[in-house]
Amino acid sequence: MPIHRAICIVCIAIAALFLVPNTGRAAYDYVDISNPSLQKIPLAVPVFHTPSGRPLQVAEDAADDLARNLDFTGYFQILDRHRFLVGPNQGGVAAGEIAFKDWTRIGAELLVTGLVRVEEGLIEMELRLFDAVKGEQLVGKRYKGWPRDRQKMIRRFCNEIIHSLTGEWGYFDSRVAFISNGSGNKEIYISDFDGEDAKRFTHHNSITLFPAWSSDARKIAYTSYARGGPDLFIRPLTGREIVVVSKERLNTTPAWIPGKNGLAATFSFTGDQEIHLVSPGGNVTQNLTDHRGIDTSPAFSPDGASMAFVSDRSGSPQVYIRDMGGGQARRLTFQGRYNTQPSWSPRGDLIAYSSMEGGEINIYVIDTAGRRPRRLTQGAGRNESPDWSPDGSMIVFSSTREGSSRIYVMTAYGTDQRRLLTLPGEQTSPKWSPRLSRN
Amino acid sequence: MRKALCIPMALAVISLVFFSASCAKKAVTPERGPAYEEGPGPEDTGITGRTGRYEYEEDAYRSTVEDEGFREGTYGDKATQRELTAATRNEFENEDIYFAFDSAALSRTAQEKLREKARWMKQYPTVSAVIEGHCDERGTSEYNLALGDRRAESVKTYMINLGVSRSRLVTISYGEERPIDPRPTEDAWARNRRAHFVIE
Repeated sequence: MPIHRAICIVCIAIAALFLVPNTGRAAYDYVDISNPSLQKIPLAVPVFHTPSGRPLQVAEDAADDLARNLDFTGYFQILDRHRFLVGPNQGGVAAGEIAFKDWTRIGAELLVTGLVRVEEGLIEMELRLFDAVKGEQLVGKRYKGWPRDRQKMIRRFCNEIIHSLTGEWGYFDSRVAFISNGSGNKEIYISDFDGEDAKRFTHHNSITLFPAWSSDARKIAYTSYARGGPDLFIRPLTGREIVVVSKERLNTTPAWIPGKNGLAATFSFTGDQEIHLVSPGGNVTQNLTDHRGIDTSPAFSPDGASMAFVSDRSGSPQVYIRDMGGGQARRLTFQGRYNTQPSWSPRGDLIAYSSMEGGEINIYVIDTAGRRPRRLTQGAGRNESPDWSPDGSMIVFSSTREGSSRIYVMTAYGTDQRRLLTLPGEQTSPKWSPRLSRN
Repeated sequence: MRKALCIPMALAVISLVFFSASCAKKAVTPERGPAYEEGPGPEDTGITGRTGRYEYEEDAYRSTVEDEGFREGTYGDKATQRELTAATRNEFENEDIYFAFDSAALSRTAQEKLREKARWMKQYPTVSAVIEGHCDERGTSEYNLALGDRRAESVKTYMINLGVSRSRLVTISYGEERPIDPRPTEDAWARNRRAHFVIE
């Protein structure tokens, strides 16, 4: 822990903003995040330079990491290095040294340069993003840390890039929790946002389901049969203080309430399946639904003021919304006979859910007024459990399109669908964490 | 904290039991809850609609306490000595109760099977059973856990209504997590939408 903290301090302290042009004008119009017919921006990421001019593995790896992270967002078309007119370690890294015509001639509109130094076992990186057309630097940062923190530094700069282009911070330090049965039992695993570095989180050797991240990403609540029945576990990511809620019958589908230190989950100890509030200490308090039949799967608006949930009160499972302040629940979905698994966009305007139709289950998004449901998957098996990236630009979900259930991602418009990772067994129920830190 | 909660809850449960027992004596007909018709018939008189299902559950809860108090003893005394053989045990455990898609309603067949099981449980009054509620894989897992809970409870309520003591029955929902037949066929799905009894 002290070592870890020391590295962080090194990272943060030395990450310095240098050369900030155009301070008066926000550059948020580069990526139009509300435009469904998104045009990908051509972006060049040459291998990072070294002071000596000699090739360095870590410089190449860092450039590759950065290109891969940015490619993941779906915003960019990463240009092939074979097409570059400028050779590796040529052409300069700062505004005055770069011939931007060499980049615009191959179609690049954005350019990222880097200078990597290795001194006394530490890596120092100077990273810059340029508008190649205008020949202007948009953001520049310097980072220093241990070689194993290379990715952390790159991710941090990628967050800066996305922020300078969209006004929203990137999600490159976020993670994805999901269920995998590769060990023979369903357990929770956690990977980086891009599916890298997947690690097993629970060892219950039982059925474990429904991971849910707390707003500060420090805890995960979930359901496990470890003690016999479907109990609710609230567990910190690091540390061992586990809270178990074990009401008679169901203790399922936890969801944390944004801005509040508490969560909601489904219980049936009252006789009927209802959503109740739960304190972080595990006390089940007030019920949030009170209706005969099934009420389950709470999902909260980013301001915590409204809750979407699933109810079969109409005769089939449908998504409903109610204000936390009180009042009647209103039905959100009317198309189809089986709409479940609501997830509220962090931008607040959309709700993703899954809808059973024929032999398929597909992911839809709908606005909070219940207008214009839009199908994002089709003809690809069972697509379930949609959940949003922290900036609301992407959706993670599970799909059986390649046979076994795996975790996939796509943009919020349904484009760029691809598999996130491959592990033994089947993977389901992905949940995208909030951002872990602020840049 | 929990203990503090337990005492008022226990008091509430006890007072509820007394209260409903005194009411139920008058309200409930001797053999079963008022929502049922028994006896063979060509048409399904079992409750299949959603509304019906809830009405049935309500009635069943109301008659519960009286059933426990007055019938358990009679059946129990005669049967206490009977031996619980592996064969009878298997028969009891292997016979599942099946449900329609997205439904926890008990079909006529299901009700007949449950009457069998209730008779059996009265023959072996020391036996307690876990009723597992299961679903097919087609729905989504969150909703299916709630549906499995409803299925198991619907079965438990019916059994209690037939005179089996509430204390001998526990339910657990497995949703779609424990299919008996993992194939993606209509046949397999029908077999997976079940309530399964396990003797404790």
